[in-house]
Amino acid sequence: MNRLRGAGLLLIAPAIALALALVVAVLVLALAGANPTAILADALAYGLRPTTLIAVVNKAIPYYLAGIAAAIGFHLRLFNIGIDGQYRLAAFAAAVVGAAVAIPAPLHIALVVTVALVVGWGWAAIAGLLYVRRGVNVVISTIMLNAIATGIIAYLLSPQRLAQQAAGSNNITTATIPESGWIPGLPTPAGAVNGLFVLAILVGAAYWLVLNRTTIGFEVRAMGLSGRAATVAGIRATRLALLTMAASGAVAGLVGLPQLLGASHRFGLDFPAGLGFTGLSVAILGRNHPIGVAIGAFVWAFLERSAQVLDLAGVSKEVVTILQAVIVLSIVVAYEAVRRVRARQERRYVAQAVETSPVIEGASA
Amino acid sequence: MALVLAIGLTIPLAACVGLPTAPSPAAPSPAGPPQVHKIAIAYDISGRGDGGFNDLAYNGAKQAADALGVELKEVTAKLDDTDDDRAERLRLLASAGYDAIIGVGFTYAGPMQTVAAEFPNTRFAIVDDATVSAPNVVDILFAEHEGSFLVGAAAGLKTTTGKVGFIGAVQIPLIQKFEAGFTAGVRYVNPTAVVEVTYLSQPPDYSGFGDPPHGKEAALGMYENGVDIIFAAAGGSGAGVHEAAAQTGHWSIGVDADEYKLEPAAVRGHILTSMLKNSNVGTFAFVMSAAQFSFKGGIQTFGLANGGVGYATSGGFIDDIRARLDAYAADIVAGKIVVPQAP
Repeated sequence: MNRLRGAGLLLIAPAIALALALVVAVLVLALAGANPTAILADALAYGLRPTTLIAVVNKAIPYYLAGIAAAIGFHLRLFNIGIDGQYRLAAFAAAVVGAAVAIPAPLHIALVVTVALVVGWGWAAIAGLLYVRRGVNVVISTIMLNAIATGIIAYLLSPQRLAQQAAGSNNITTATIPESGWIPGLPTPAGAVNGLFVLAILVGAAYWLVLNRTTIGFEVRAMGLSGRAATVAGIRATRLALLTMAASGAVAGLVGLPQLLGASHRFGLDFPAGLGFTGLSVAILGRNHPIGVAIGAFVWAFLERSAQVLDLAGVSKEVVTILQAVIVLSIVVAYEAVRRVRARQERRYVAQAVETSPVIEGASA
Repeated sequence: MALVLAIGLTIPLAACVGLPTAPSPAAPSPAGPPQVHKIAIAYDISGRGDGGFNDLAYNGAKQAADALGVELKEVTAKLDDTDDDRAERLRLLASAGYDAIIGVGFTYAGPMQTVAAEFPNTRFAIVDDATVSAPNVVDILFAEHEGSFLVGAAAGLKTTTGKVGFIGAVQIPLIQKFEAGFTAGVRYVNPTAVVEVTYLSQPPDYSGFGDPPHGKEAALGMYENGVDIIFAAAGGSGAGVHEAAAQTGHWSIGVDADEYKLEPAAVRGHILTSMLKNSNVGTFAFVMSAAQFSFKGGIQTFGLANGGVGYATSGGFIDDIRARLDAYAADIVAGKIVVPQAP
């Protein structure tokens, strides 16, 4: 099978998706009564400014982490919708613990990160346990766990319990983490990149390593490709499902850290919400591949950031939401179409190879 | 800072048009083009159309914009915004030449502090927060607890079952101010009355601001429990509460605007009164003062004393106790009654 042709086919899918999204964008903008080319040119010009690009990278870091968390689950067709609850609970716990201690810098950060990992891991493990022990659908249990997480945070984030309210402010926050728990940004001429950029790279590398260079990763991929074959080969589905959900939750726990350790240093009512659902879309965009997810996260963040200019031009920000949805839909359709073309080509290739191969004497049925 | 502005600027100002609804500090100024050319208002997550403070903030800014003959731009927020996103929004507005920028909600506090420092010649205002401190920023606060005290007193005086209810949109400190004032008002006139409290959603789920069916269910549940008056501090969800009141033949109390005037005839007969939060007063005053030499940074509280909050009398259902309510209002202004801000 010609490798170049294979690679070309792989790239066609996202190209088709983006082209379709562009067509829809022009259509929607025209329908909204705006001048599509002018607006798109404005948004692009704004988006390509160095300061904006840095901001896009910063925005993409939590999207990437959420995407990897979702991708881990996707390998076993486990939809971890609970990333949202997992990261908020983990960030809240990490903020409370981080603010309560004052230890030297590397230890402090390690403590906060560990707390986030453990809480995310544990919260997802609940859904994993329910699934393997009682067969509860992961989608349902994680959505409900999201609601429970919201309730827990709402109960604890109160001045009578674990939080405080600054005088004159209507925001309730946990105490601010002391400076030994801050991660400095990486300075560039156009602004500071969030220091957890490094963490995102490490997570992506670890994800790739585990998946492609360890036994457990092999088992996960095998189970994902063909559950029956994997079971026959002796891979235990239940153990894998539990491990996968827990791992997904652990990475999900890190999603709130760029905001917590690199920006606001406390958890409040204004902590960004909804990042978990973005992670699902980004993982689909990136086909569960660590680099694909990175590109998907970047594209997503770029669209969201450029949308700020749309508002100023009088176009509703929801146009970008439509664009994002169109991209996700068309990626799924395009990849499926490409997959079928490749399958057909492979069948033809195999048929040809069988026909032209030498016949082995004595090999009767 | 105001003096520096006064000396530094040579552009003549528009004469303040005498609009009767706004208690703006009218300094005499020469006629001419306004100092403010473009106004922008950045909403919190619930956005405009919530029937509540976002809408009222818009009304005030629009009034001022029309009076000055300048453009008013609105921008909205998203749930997964970070401080950086909000700061960028304000920054884009300021660099696009908007000289009076209003941020609605405490989520704009940190971003505004940063951006106000970058644009010292732009005037900023933040609604419902008092932590931003800069010479070019005014913090607009409302004494919601004071207004809620009065409607609480009305409820306490009018209840026949001794049980009243409070339905808040989202359990955040801002709405808890309403709850605190309301409960204090009820207890002040009726110490044995019971106040049942429920919130429609918890943060970061802000759907409580715009969920009429949920409000209706919560209200029906309360009415079944023996409550006969419910204070709906729930933005758009209040419509559901008023419906429930009409359906069961009990009373409800509106919020932010005079809901008697907004609800249809079938429902309005059950709206006892409304707690008026005149956000339009705050934003109007800000824009007008930005257009004149009288802009001063700092905290401005709009309460009973200056017409920032109050209670509605449409429908005439509380005419018999108006005198008592006004007496309480006077006591609050004089400091004889101290209304709590947290439950």
